[in-house]
Amino acid sequence: MTTNGVGRSSPLTRRAFLKVSGAAAGVAALAACSNEKSPSKGSAASGTINALFMQQAAYSTADIQGMTKAFQQANPGVKVTPTFVAYEALHDKIVAAAPAGTYDVVLMDVIWPAEFGSKHEVIDVTDRIPSGWKTTIFPGALQTAEYQGRFYGVPWILDTKYFFYNKNMLKKAGVAVPTTWDEVVTAAKTLKSKKVVQYPLVWSWSQAEAVICDYAQLLGAFGGKFLDDAGKPVFNTGGGLQALEFMKRTLDEGITNPSSTESLEEDVRKTISQGQAAMALNWTYMFALGNDPKESRVPGQIAVAHTPSGPAAAPGCNGSMALCIASGSKNPDAAWKYIEFLTSQKVQNQYAKLSLPIWKSSYDDPQVVKTLPEVVAVAKTQLNDMILRPQIPSYNSASQILQVSIQKALTGRASPKQALDDAASRIAAP
Amino acid sequence: MSGLRLIQGRAGSNLQRERRTALLLILPSLAVVFGIILYPLLRTLWTSLFDVNSPFPGSYPFVGLGNYRRTLTNPDFWAAIRRTAYFTIVSTLLELGLGILLGLLMNVQFRGRWLLRSIMVLPWALPTIVNGTMWRWIFNPDYGALNALLTQMHILSHYRSWLGSPSLALNMVVLADVWKNTPLAAFLVLAGLQTIPKELFEAARVDGAGPIRTFFRITLPLLISTILIILVVRTIEAFKVFDIIYVMTRGGPANGTQTVAYYAYLQAFSNQLFGYGAALAYMMALFILGIALVYIRLLRQEVEF
Amino acid sequence: MRVALSPFRAQRSLAARRERGGRARRKRALYWGFIYAAATAVASVVLAPFVWLLISSVADPRDLLARPLRWIPDHVSFARYSSIFVGGMSDTADTFRAALVNSVIIAGSSVLISLTVGIFGAYATARLRFPGRRVGLVLMLSTYMLPPIAIVVPLYLTMVQLHLLDTRIGLIVVYCSFITPFTLWIMSGYFRSIPRELEDAARVDGCSRLGALVRVTLPLAWPGILTTALFGFLLAWDEFLYALIFTSSTQAKTIPVAITEFTGRFAVDFGMIATGGVLASIPPLFIAFVFQRYIVGGLSAGAIK
Repeated sequence: MTTNGVGRSSPLTRRAFLKVSGAAAGVAALAACSNEKSPSKGSAASGTINALFMQQAAYSTADIQGMTKAFQQANPGVKVTPTFVAYEALHDKIVAAAPAGTYDVVLMDVIWPAEFGSKHEVIDVTDRIPSGWKTTIFPGALQTAEYQGRFYGVPWILDTKYFFYNKNMLKKAGVAVPTTWDEVVTAAKTLKSKKVVQYPLVWSWSQAEAVICDYAQLLGAFGGKFLDDAGKPVFNTGGGLQALEFMKRTLDEGITNPSSTESLEEDVRKTISQGQAAMALNWTYMFALGNDPKESRVPGQIAVAHTPSGPAAAPGCNGSMALCIASGSKNPDAAWKYIEFLTSQKVQNQYAKLSLPIWKSSYDDPQVVKTLPEVVAVAKTQLNDMILRPQIPSYNSASQILQVSIQKALTGRASPKQALDDAASRIAAP
Repeated sequence: MSGLRLIQGRAGSNLQRERRTALLLILPSLAVVFGIILYPLLRTLWTSLFDVNSPFPGSYPFVGLGNYRRTLTNPDFWAAIRRTAYFTIVSTLLELGLGILLGLLMNVQFRGRWLLRSIMVLPWALPTIVNGTMWRWIFNPDYGALNALLTQMHILSHYRSWLGSPSLALNMVVLADVWKNTPLAAFLVLAGLQTIPKELFEAARVDGAGPIRTFFRITLPLLISTILIILVVRTIEAFKVFDIIYVMTRGGPANGTQTVAYYAYLQAFSNQLFGYGAALAYMMALFILGIALVYIRLLRQEVEF
Repeated sequence: MRVALSPFRAQRSLAARRERGGRARRKRALYWGFIYAAATAVASVVLAPFVWLLISSVADPRDLLARPLRWIPDHVSFARYSSIFVGGMSDTADTFRAALVNSVIIAGSSVLISLTVGIFGAYATARLRFPGRRVGLVLMLSTYMLPPIAIVVPLYLTMVQLHLLDTRIGLIVVYCSFITPFTLWIMSGYFRSIPRELEDAARVDGCSRLGALVRVTLPLAWPGILTTALFGFLLAWDEFLYALIFTSSTQAKTIPVAITEFTGRFAVDFGMIATGGVLASIPPLFIAFVFQRYIVGGLSAGAIK
């Protein structure tokens, strides 16, 4: 780390100045060389690999570094350098790094396999996956990294949206825990009329991926589909349309908090933690925080249940993340070994408190169950029943179009049918 | 005199020597500026002529000016330009107007003026990312300080949403940007005011001119250079605005705050349309250059070129 | 010269003068009242969000979400500050501490290099004639007009090939590329405002051109240099997109990137963001305070002409 050492103090001749700064730049470049990660090299299953993870994932940096240390001890030939970035930066860094091969292992969100797979930014690992996994891992989990029948990674951090409710509020209003969306509406109306809470429901319907997650869950519940078998958008008919109409209805009837159209998952958590909502959909993380006395005004009152079912089903939105081998990796075998280790049942069980395992049998393991008993009991069935958002290469732009349309319908600037028709035609036309 | 002529010397060889010295002096700047970015600049220009949909180098269909045509015929692009224009015009005018007023205020000799000047540095010192996140929190519809303040002062009866509707959200982003950048304009105006000789004000006072006439007849014309600098710098920055959108609204709601730089970012990174994104970026640069030239022409000032 | 007024008339004109004096005094009082009121109002508006940031950084998470909001939190704790400085409690806090150091080093070095290189280039632009002077300057300023998104992907590849990825030096090199044109433009304005004769006099006395630059021009332009340094420092301090894409580890991450990491996938820790924001303002504030005297002088000395 050097700065230009010459400064403006000495009236040197121009040439001397250029010589010195040239030398300084050279030295600096050399220093930089020794300073950064060495590119991955080495023969099969040995060498150095660089891994890209997310900050504030279910696992903390310390946890992942612990797992990495254990892996390196078990595989002395391999050295791993993990780096951590914010979630928003994850996608952009994977894209920018792809041609350069900066990373060997990357963490991928469930909505990216189509995009990364079709553009060959991550490697097809279908042939590396043992066939046994297809029965021992939740099928919904394996789908996380699937695109057109091929697998592009191994699921690692499982997550889905559960149904959370405030036990005390429901008891106060004398309603039973709802199991269908109709029951939810009835319960909400009762809660509102008995003045237990002004807006019993709160959702994350801000113009962001969050609204698509909620929409997907309802679309599945009403038996809808995003795309038909030919890949054409059909969410503007049947279950898809009913889902959006349901969302709008709860707003119109005053049982959904109007700030939902500006809320993200964190706002939902805060609202329910402040005792200003009785029921909400959210990811696993809300359970611990909602019941934490340091973070919540209603600790111990938040319970978790399977998402309510609609006329057709009760799927949870798949919000998992998978580990993949980046296509620029010069050491795919070592990368695969690292991924195998991190996703192995032993490691997953060990850290189950932070993120539930992908292995079905883990959910009967007492060590796992006792980490979060209420959640594990629900997760066992919910994780078996997840709905995917459409796996298309242009998912990002399709999602943006759908987000805007849903927002238009929810804020009353278009009818649900108009909004969805508009979105469908925009997505269908490339 | 003869010494002076010695160094100014004969025209011919001196000019040559001057040119050589100039070249040597300017070479480091050129190296630093273009050294590392010349190749990327040219590469992006080249990319903009192809239909590129992944970051990998490879053979892509050549579309010539097709990407540029696409930007000009794409309604989303023009919508983004409209929003960017609104953002740029409103924020720049507000910063200029408020900057002039605040500069005048900071020029008055009153006790505690140093305190005011020191406080004015604060928004400027706050990084844009922090500024955006802070205002996003202040505008929060459920827990924000703005809602709390207005309801406790009984100006509002209940909490309301500030970033929930497209046009209001854009105005709130303008507010956050103006809060951060007005001090810069104010300090530039303050400095400009220092260069105006006090005798002019004295003369105006003796002639019986009131404060308003003095301002428009004397102060404003002499501040033209300052105003031009503020306009040029703030317009360029406002047109390129990205960071504050990234942290405050991510382009929403309903794309209401999707400025052209954020739109280009989405096309390039989210949609991996690198050819189109490259064309968008160069179109942006052309727009900005055009605006800068218009300013210079309009205010008929030679900006040190 | 009129004859002495009759006593009655004298009394009336005395009263009139007293009344005019009283009117003038009231006008003056109103004027000063207005000035102080305006100053207080401005200071409050400018200070308020920053005070809120300070409060948020020491408030309990639950207090931040209270409705109605209590402006003085019930529980005050400096735990967030200690998590950053003591370390070991949270990854993002440790990253922030490293980012503070990185930002200071990167911004400081970028400014030093850009100033040095820019001063020589500015001297050439201001004093010497050479072909392509105008075009060169416009070209250099044009790089300032280009949005970062334009070149970020090919620049990433270039950085990888030069082994500059995720290094402080890499960021310094990139930052110099856009701070230098800015420095050059502003400094050439300052140099132009310093009379040529002073340098010529020094050269008659036997100085070389560069000697004259160093011994005569630079000391006179000192306020301008400091001002430009502050501008450049803030440009580098604030930069976000390049830092986001080119850094990934604590080796080189800067403050804006570290701040965005306080926002998890879902959870937003505004308390930590506020803490980071307060800490991130301190270096620029420090520089601004220390050089405040020079800054107003510096701004007026040349760029405005």
